[in-house]
Amino acid sequence: MIKKEMIAMLLAGGQGSRLGVLTAKVAKPAVAFGGKYRIIDFPLSNCINSGVDTVGVLTQYRPLRLNTHIGIGIPWDLDRNVGGVTVLPPYEKSTSSEWYTGTANAIYQNLEYMENYNPEYVLILSGDHISKMDYKIMLNFHKANNADITIASMPVQIEDASRFGLLITDSDNRVTEFEEKPINPSSNMASMGIYIFTWKVLKETLRELRNQTQCDFGMHVIPYCLEHNKRIFAYEYNCYWKDVGTLSSYWEANMELVDIIPVFNLYEEFWKIYTRTDTLPPQFIGENAQIERSIIGEGTEIYGQVYNSVIGTGVIIEENAVVHDSIIMKNCIIGKNTVLYKAIIAEDVVIGEDVEIGIGEETPNVKYPKVYNSGIATIGENSVIPNGVKIGKNSAIFGITEENDYIDGYLQSGGNIIKAGED
Amino acid sequence: MRAIGIILAGGNNKMMKELSNKRAIAAMPVAGSYRSIDFVLSNMTNSHIQKVAVITQYNARSLNEHLSSSKWWDFGRKQGGLFVFTPTITSDSSFWYRGTADALYQNLDFLKSSHEPYVVIASGDGVYKLDYNKVLEYHIAKKADITVVVKKLEDESDFGRFGLVSMTDECRITEIEEKPIETNLSTVSTGIYIIRRRLLIELIEKAAQEDRHDFVKDILVRYKNLKHIYGYMIESYWSNISTVAAYYRTNMDFLNKEIRDYFFKQYPDVYFKIDDLPPTKYNGQANVKNCLVASGCIINGSVENSVLFKKIYVGNNTVIKNSIILNDVYIGDNAYIENCIVESKSTIKADSRYVGQPDNIEIVVEKSLLYMD
Repeated sequence: MIKKEMIAMLLAGGQGSRLGVLTAKVAKPAVAFGGKYRIIDFPLSNCINSGVDTVGVLTQYRPLRLNTHIGIGIPWDLDRNVGGVTVLPPYEKSTSSEWYTGTANAIYQNLEYMENYNPEYVLILSGDHISKMDYKIMLNFHKANNADITIASMPVQIEDASRFGLLITDSDNRVTEFEEKPINPSSNMASMGIYIFTWKVLKETLRELRNQTQCDFGMHVIPYCLEHNKRIFAYEYNCYWKDVGTLSSYWEANMELVDIIPVFNLYEEFWKIYTRTDTLPPQFIGENAQIERSIIGEGTEIYGQVYNSVIGTGVIIEENAVVHDSIIMKNCIIGKNTVLYKAIIAEDVVIGEDVEIGIGEETPNVKYPKVYNSGIATIGENSVIPNGVKIGKNSAIFGITEENDYIDGYLQSGGNIIKAGED
Repeated sequence: MRAIGIILAGGNNKMMKELSNKRAIAAMPVAGSYRSIDFVLSNMTNSHIQKVAVITQYNARSLNEHLSSSKWWDFGRKQGGLFVFTPTITSDSSFWYRGTADALYQNLDFLKSSHEPYVVIASGDGVYKLDYNKVLEYHIAKKADITVVVKKLEDESDFGRFGLVSMTDECRITEIEEKPIETNLSTVSTGIYIIRRRLLIELIEKAAQEDRHDFVKDILVRYKNLKHIYGYMIESYWSNISTVAAYYRTNMDFLNKEIRDYFFKQYPDVYFKIDDLPPTKYNGQANVKNCLVASGCIINGSVENSVLFKKIYVGNNTVIKNSIILNDVYIGDNAYIENCIVESKSTIKADSRYVGQPDNIEIVVEKSLLYMD
């Protein structure tokens, strides 16, 4: 008989539209992070390091790269005879067929998967968090409190509190009130979107709420359970945890890795982060190269200068190119004499020679001021930038651009060139 | 592929000095990320050989650890697989492998129970890329009994450690000189052979009856007139790493763009066991020029014309020149290292100074205690 104490359900279906062109063709959890990783590597590694060896990954938006990355789970030791990792896309049913319409609805549509493992507890995770969280400790907390639901939470600045679901607890950490994104927050304990449910409670509640449209944990499930007097506890987490849902938080989290002793340290022997990598050769650093305060992936060749940057695998930075404060994902080519300031360059981008990126005044983006608002120039995957052009701040480029796409050879700050379509 | 592979990885020699104290030569780290045996294993998998035996004997721990999973080279399949043969005591033999032929004899069951008609025999200490199918086609076209892959070498000082051959215009091998002190030949055997499986079994059994144990001395040399032994000349890069000088030179060859691109960028790839190491980190004072650097390193000092293997820490103001630093080495602040090979898992104290000569590379093994908070 199959029996797993705790299984994990990892929500990885969202687009993450606040990452702009970075997620134009790929789900947020599959976006590259920290030189060689993808964001989903962190929750997956945390699962196996916490002893959770059964993980369902719920996909929906642009799942191809997630599917190929996860495969049968070999890099995370999640290829198991019983359990392991399973990718769970939405599927057609005999009577009703629908997409995953909300976080809880997605889990509801996979009750059958969870039932197979006969679990005591189910861990609900998000695919867009950078942390080294030990879910076993959270489970112990859940058991010690004889809880029905445990919500991982952390204190946030009160100014930011209205972006989160907030928990109000009594002295025993029992949640007495829950406010989802309130205008006037009365607490600063924010829900991290990580839950442990006692399986019976989860199953019953999801069945009760099955007719709720766009059923969501924060909006519907938690309030419903509070109403029905379930034992809900807040588990306070105080170690490194970062939601990388916006361009500025994504950029910051990457940049923190180049600190002398980073708060989030990838070089520790304990709690390794695993990822799928091609067998790539070592990196080569040329005769005239200069590299300071940077991390650099395998197979990369550096002939120019790199300062304060995170460079992925298989990148080529040509002679006299200068990279400042930037993130460059895998297999990009940065041409000779090109200069980059505070840019995010997605995978497989080719940038020509004598290009300047991230220069000029910082002005708001003309079309998407809420997305491109932290001075970063963002270039989507497979884009091409011709020789000799200039690109300003808060700008976005996606697609194969040519010289005549740039007025007088200069895309001013806040401008966009989006040439690649849906396909 | 209609062949099985046998990799002879049991050997050791004194010419590797301290470097072979703790590992077989086939397990020597090469070019930052690889181990020597990865090249032959990758060649075999890229040639679609599905069944490969690795014969080990000398200090195999490090090698066994490297071969603990066959998935890196894609051998873990239902058909074929990767087999590791270490000497064992059986009812009719209580010997170690007394030579290459004896090693094959003691594992004759493996040869007998296979059904592939040919055998590719290779050593674990060569750095090269080769499609063995091409050699097999040649072997069949020449109607050869044994084909030896050969290479013309220029550096005469090195000849004494190889078997040298002379060939007719049709490439039939007429002369074999094993590790000569002086010779006027310049074509060396690379230790790669193709032979029909049944013939190999026959020759090995015959040698065993006569109490002969070496494949080269007791089979190749003795049968050279009786059997048709042909040489297959390769022009591409090939290097045998089994002396300190050759090992140093082979690693340094990877700083040359042509050689690096040949191995790293041209089809097919060379596979290795992946360690889950983070990207390499360059801190504020780092100054790295003309270096090959593997993953997981943290660099604070200056490194020039060197090869850094995985997981190396280079302290502040430390200078490293023309050196090879093997896996998992900690080098403290203000150290100076030139023309050295630093053995893996070494811990070099701050202010240390090690200087070798270009023609006499120093091997550094220092195991100072390391305190870290």
